[in-house]
Amino acid sequence: MKRLIDCNKGEKVKVLKLDANYDLKQRLISFGIMKNAQIQVLEQAPRKKTIEVKVGKMRIALRAEEAGLIEVETI
Amino acid sequence: MNEDIKTCPIIANHIKVALVGQPNVGKSMLINSVSNAHLHVGNFSGVTVDKTEVLFDYKEYHFTVVDLPGTYAFTDYTIEERVTRDYLCAENYDIIINVIDSTNLEKNLQLTAELFTMSKKMVIALNMNDEAQKEGIEVNAEYMSELLNIPCIKVSAAQKTGIEELINTVVTVHEKPKQEPKLIFSEAVEEETENIVSYLTKHKYQARNSYRNIAMNLLKENKRTYAKLHDEPIWTELQPILIESSKHIELHHDTDDIKEAFAEEYASFNRGIVAEVVKQKVVQKEVKTLTEKIDSILIHPIYGIPIFLFLMWGLFQLTFVLGAVPMDWINSFFGWLGDAVGATITNDDMHSLIVDGLISGVGAVVLFTPNIIILFVGIALLESTGYMSRVAFLLDGFFHKFGLHGQSFIPLVTGFGCSIPAYMSARILKNDRDRLLTLFIISFMSCGARLPVYVLFAGAFFSEAIAGNVLFIIYISGAMLGLIAAKVLKMTAFKGADEPFVMEMPKYRLPSVKLIWHTVLSKTLLYLKKAGTFIAGAAMLIWFLSNYPHNQELQKSYALKIEQAKTATQKTKLNDKLANINLENSYLGRVGKFSEPIFQPLGLDWKMAVALEAGIAAKEVVVSTLGVLYSLGDSVNETNNSLKEIIRKNIPFASAVAFIVVIMIYLPCFAASIVFTREAGGIKYFFYMFAFTSIAAYVMAFLAYHITLLLGY
Repeated sequence: MKRLIDCNKGEKVKVLKLDANYDLKQRLISFGIMKNAQIQVLEQAPRKKTIEVKVGKMRIALRAEEAGLIEVETI
Repeated sequence: MNEDIKTCPIIANHIKVALVGQPNVGKSMLINSVSNAHLHVGNFSGVTVDKTEVLFDYKEYHFTVVDLPGTYAFTDYTIEERVTRDYLCAENYDIIINVIDSTNLEKNLQLTAELFTMSKKMVIALNMNDEAQKEGIEVNAEYMSELLNIPCIKVSAAQKTGIEELINTVVTVHEKPKQEPKLIFSEAVEEETENIVSYLTKHKYQARNSYRNIAMNLLKENKRTYAKLHDEPIWTELQPILIESSKHIELHHDTDDIKEAFAEEYASFNRGIVAEVVKQKVVQKEVKTLTEKIDSILIHPIYGIPIFLFLMWGLFQLTFVLGAVPMDWINSFFGWLGDAVGATITNDDMHSLIVDGLISGVGAVVLFTPNIIILFVGIALLESTGYMSRVAFLLDGFFHKFGLHGQSFIPLVTGFGCSIPAYMSARILKNDRDRLLTLFIISFMSCGARLPVYVLFAGAFFSEAIAGNVLFIIYISGAMLGLIAAKVLKMTAFKGADEPFVMEMPKYRLPSVKLIWHTVLSKTLLYLKKAGTFIAGAAMLIWFLSNYPHNQELQKSYALKIEQAKTATQKTKLNDKLANINLENSYLGRVGKFSEPIFQPLGLDWKMAVALEAGIAAKEVVVSTLGVLYSLGDSVNETNNSLKEIIRKNIPFASAVAFIVVIMIYLPCFAASIVFTREAGGIKYFFYMFAFTSIAAYVMAFLAYHITLLLGY
């Protein structure tokens, strides 16, 4: 299963599932990261500790752990 | 505007507006444009996040606009979200203005949909119209108003367009009866809503809100609506219907979480609205936006951190170099004030209380105002341009190792200057646990007031050539201890799953001078007011403890001796001796003697104990207390050579090491502790910190003392 953290810089993906607990899921959804949302990876901090993604017009920073909970597929 | 209007209750032509929006939509800018000359801006604080209230008159209406903290949704994640939601649910207000960023309609509408459930009158302000036009985005506001059944007005807070229309609309909406907003969901949800509505209609359920609104809230598992209906007789029949309905919706969305299902419902409704009302004129495909270009430099994997460190270095240079100039003025002003006021007071005790206690105590707080202003301007700049989020992005990897958050960096570095603004700047941490943990370790970053103690001791025991390095080692080891303490706290008191790091990286924006002026002004006034009143009290208390009880006879006999003394040096010697005896017999001295057994295992005598205890009032007094206790008189500073000599002669090296370790770790000064307590949100946190820092200081000093002894010093 491909996860958001596995994506390369510049890659565009679609969200399949959020494996997060309730709170984190709410948090992600409030940022527009939900099923069927399209995400592009913009930047990666050294050693992929944090990544910056683009959802719609919003740029969001995610820690590697959280990005590892988001199942995606390439589009 | 009259004074009495400000406090008047809600009357017929008074409109109370709650201003709500997601972060970074220009709400504060809008509030400034609306009230245009901001007639009265006052902060009334929530727990730690302030709501701002603005009052102004327009035509025959008195407006009260409450600027609520920006929030993405109504979850319980941040203080902002809680403050905003609690206000909207529990307080009295007439109308909501929902501020929306026109360039990012779809995301902003998510909050709008949640606001509908408040069932209040509402107006939508489509802000940043100017930016939207620049980006070729055309929003059809009339059509959008029609679709949502809520007036949508295009405004630009920056260009001040549409403001008049917005206020007029608020008045019209306020005058008319409430309109039900239109929100159309998928077939499954609509069907189930209809089910519940028809049930409520059948039983003629009495309610203020519309049946549809109640049904929606029930389906969304709104706690309040549940609590209300739970006590009604119809509940027994309603409950099974609800369970069935929820199952149906969850099945439809292929999830077991009704909130997730509704989030998808909202998202698709919003997508629908955006598709209807937004026209993107020129589609600039695959062209990097300016923000993305800047980001590729500022958060570059290699250059990102050096650039940041350079900016921080610049800020701290400014803070302390530029701040030193007005600090001199303030210092001499309070010196002059003390002399001038002192001259008018004849009673010795009163004179001492006012001049040595009150004026010098308050002066010590006011002294740091320039530093604080510069630091706050810098932080406001970093924040309002959007750079702060990038800092968190860059540093989160490192800080996360110690259980901290990327944004913890700012308060921690600020702590090297003064703990008070550091505690205050910890507000940038949006999550409670992250903020508390950061608050607890700020005092490990040695503040400026502790520098004189370090300089004195480094100078006393090391040659000038290496004293600087010793100083550096003291600072670094303090910071390292802080990080270790964070890790320890994270593994014990703050145990539990890591807080997630999901954060918006806002667009880069040029900061608004007006807005920065506002933030800095209100924060500075808050500092002066709160810290000022408490330090005044603390200063007088310490003054009292170190001056009383008076021994009249001793006083007299010394006065006589001093008069008889021939040379000036003899006089000073006698004066110092009197001060020494007085201090030894004062309440503070007694406390020192009493607590000596506690400090014995650390190799500290009662004089050092008193100096440490006095340091709780303010770290600045540690050196002067040592000076008085070692009979040198009041006028001592760290560059005084004779004090260095005396310390070298009287204090064993191992004891000095233990003393420095205690200074590094133990409780920050009184004013800082007050601010800490306020920022942490309760007196219990003060006791936690007191216990934590005291135990840590004691254990570390004990170890340092005995290791130094073992090493043969």
